[in-house]
Amino acid sequence: MGERSEIGDRYETLRRRIKEELENEQNGVPTIRITMSTCARAAGAEETRKAIEDAIAAFGLSAKIIPVGCLGHCYAEPLIILDYPTTGLPPICYHSVNAGKARLIIQSYLQESDPAFEYIMGAMEENDLIPPVTTFPRFGLEERIVMTHCGRINPWDIREYIANDGYSALAAALTDLPERIIDEVEKSGLRGRGGAGFPTGRKWRLGRAQESNRKVVICNADEGDPGAYMDRTIIESNPHQLLEGIAICAYAVGADTAIIYIRAEYPLAVKTIEQAIREAKAYGFLGERILGSDFSLDVKIFQGSGAFVCGEETALIQSIEGRRGMPQHRPPYPVERGLWGYPTIVNNVKTFSYVPSIINKGAEWFQSIGTERSPGTAIFSIVGNVKHPGLVEVAMGTTLRTLIFDICGGIANKKTFKAVQIGGPSGGCLSEVFLDTPIDFDSLTQVGAMMGSGGMVVMDEDSCMVDVARYFLDFTQKESCGKCTFCRIGTKHLLDILDRITRGKGQEEDLKILEDLSRDIKQGSLCGLGKTAPNPVITSIRYFFDEYVAHVRDKRCPALKCRSLIAYYIDLERCARGCEACVGSCPVEAIFTTKGRKKAIDQSLCVKCGECMVACPKEYDAVLRVSPPELAPIIERPPMR
Amino acid sequence: MVKITVDGKKLETEEHLTVLEACLQNGIFIPNLCFLKTRPHPHASCRLCFVSIEGYDRPITACTERVRDGLVVKTDTPEVRALQRSAFKLLMSLHPCNAKLCPTEKPCLLMRIAKHIGVGINPKPLERINRGLPDFVDFGSLYYVPNRCVLCARCIHTCRSINKRPLLTFAKRGIMTMVAYFSSGNDSEVCSNCNACVDICPVAALLPKSAFINFLEAKETHA
Repeated sequence: MGERSEIGDRYETLRRRIKEELENEQNGVPTIRITMSTCARAAGAEETRKAIEDAIAAFGLSAKIIPVGCLGHCYAEPLIILDYPTTGLPPICYHSVNAGKARLIIQSYLQESDPAFEYIMGAMEENDLIPPVTTFPRFGLEERIVMTHCGRINPWDIREYIANDGYSALAAALTDLPERIIDEVEKSGLRGRGGAGFPTGRKWRLGRAQESNRKVVICNADEGDPGAYMDRTIIESNPHQLLEGIAICAYAVGADTAIIYIRAEYPLAVKTIEQAIREAKAYGFLGERILGSDFSLDVKIFQGSGAFVCGEETALIQSIEGRRGMPQHRPPYPVERGLWGYPTIVNNVKTFSYVPSIINKGAEWFQSIGTERSPGTAIFSIVGNVKHPGLVEVAMGTTLRTLIFDICGGIANKKTFKAVQIGGPSGGCLSEVFLDTPIDFDSLTQVGAMMGSGGMVVMDEDSCMVDVARYFLDFTQKESCGKCTFCRIGTKHLLDILDRITRGKGQEEDLKILEDLSRDIKQGSLCGLGKTAPNPVITSIRYFFDEYVAHVRDKRCPALKCRSLIAYYIDLERCARGCEACVGSCPVEAIFTTKGRKKAIDQSLCVKCGECMVACPKEYDAVLRVSPPELAPIIERPPMR
Repeated sequence: MVKITVDGKKLETEEHLTVLEACLQNGIFIPNLCFLKTRPHPHASCRLCFVSIEGYDRPITACTERVRDGLVVKTDTPEVRALQRSAFKLLMSLHPCNAKLCPTEKPCLLMRIAKHIGVGINPKPLERINRGLPDFVDFGSLYYVPNRCVLCARCIHTCRSINKRPLLTFAKRGIMTMVAYFSSGNDSEVCSNCNACVDICPVAALLPKSAFINFLEAKETHA
């Protein structure tokens, strides 16, 4: 017992010291938190930061700039949160802060104490003066567990995590029996967030039960779905929460080694987690005799080389062992015989990141969020044709409608909703009738999509579903490891047929082949990649059959997307006499002047690039598309003079 | 010993065998290409050895399932055959059969499988895929014929277990996946010319250079 309370005391002392340290450092000085994750940097956060630094120096102010991760509002990057305590105002969040805006805000707020209302997104706390961000559906309807501190704390300074009770779950876990930790995780009903939704507690119990002199924990951060960036953002925004989860898991199952398998294409995430590991070691949360206990854990980074299939656990293990990343038949499951033959527990970044909260707040609290069979929250990276793309964490059971229309602001550019693709390339395309489907593991699987790792692509009326299916099959075919027959060759046939259909060369028999072959690939493939690869085809045929029929029978693309099946023409009623905007944009000189000094397109030259449509001034909007191409009016080119 | 029933026939087999091994030992043919007794872990890549086993709701590969007492196996249910035919047609869409020029002993394994599961050796209704690969690739003392290869990986495993070094490997991804050879430039140092890979190949995708020259001559005569 003595040792146990010692761990708690040691942690408490450390936290108190750090809190004081941070308070002393702040000491009434304004702090400027600026999002510096990959998404923010892409939006120009580095220039913004430079502008802020320059402004502070120029005005001779004293303020502290703190880099933070991503708040999830990727549509509004770069964001800054300005806390100027002496004004009596709460911390204020500003959106889309470019360098010029940053200078104005700093001057206005820090020098003239006027918080520059025109640029404010909202206050971070309740107050009487500035509407808080929680009144926005994007903040209000979200339920954050994993992302609570994302975008609010400095991922490069462990002290900020500790000051927010970080590593307290690890300290508590170390004073408890490993079995009791597993009981708690099992009772919470946490399911693996990597895609399949396997109960995490059960996996850990299986790992614990293995007799071996050595066990390994692997964190799967090999995120590869097109349009998915949840794991990257979580690592860049709160790496210590992940490390804490990994350490608790390792303690619970009895592992002494943990490996984080992260893709090399995430350089900032790699740097962030490396720094976090160094800091955590220095503070005694990783490494030898953690917090003075008998438990030691060595955490290593392994950088993946960009093979999508390495997200599959057996391929991932092969890759770490130095072999070509190819999935193996299971059983044996990694938890029985995994890396180097040792029992290996593989969990996703998000799964580990839930663990500290579950230990701190208890299984019942976690159970109370979400649905009965899928407790907790779901984290999605929402991209595509929505107004407010970004990272969203909602309680399981939230409907797709709430997520897309309320939280993400609906479809952009006044278009209408057509489909949502959930679960990455192996997920399904759902139509409008499924908008009221609750988001949880079982409901999504039932309708032919899947939770996947959390990629969500929203598509508007301009998306052709055959073309979308073709795009995803092109991805899975290229990323197939080539091992088993169905995935290697079957997906190629699916791709070829879809390609044929989008080029207007499809036959009605092709639809039958697509369905039959998809069913066989699903049933016959060796690993999860092959077993789910036909999902985009199956669901798009099931829910958008009309579009396939239009392509095959009428050689028509209803969404006006498939190049071979459309023609561009200029509406002479709308075209402005004498306007030449489209002429220069055409790469093949297909646009000529009609007798009436308007413009027309020579269909025999047109390559259907769509540049003229972009170039035509909005007030005329004279370039139109039509399918099938024969419907385009034929306009004679006047004879050369 | 373990008692199992295959297609109504009662068999007694050794323990620790896979269903595939048990059947093959007892003269019951189940189509297979990638199975090798010496592999510690089934490769399970050809997806031809499907069988139906009581208690499972879908066909499973016989090479990955171990025998146990009371196992009831059926090797020719409609579901099993449908999957086998589908997999076989996929393989044949990459394997243009030219029996006259193929040095395999006839009927070759692919022909036997086709006959066993009741399909032709054409991939219909699937189209043939032309990957634009060369007719043959130089592997030092061997030639590799990528359009014949069914990627069973028997050669890779056999070479590694004999030479204790990985001389053959997979290269590329997706439909372009093929077997490749690690060449150091001085081939005599690497390949021991044991020809084990040539002997193990079920479809004559690897040939010693000498045999290949005979083959080229035959091709010319044929043309």
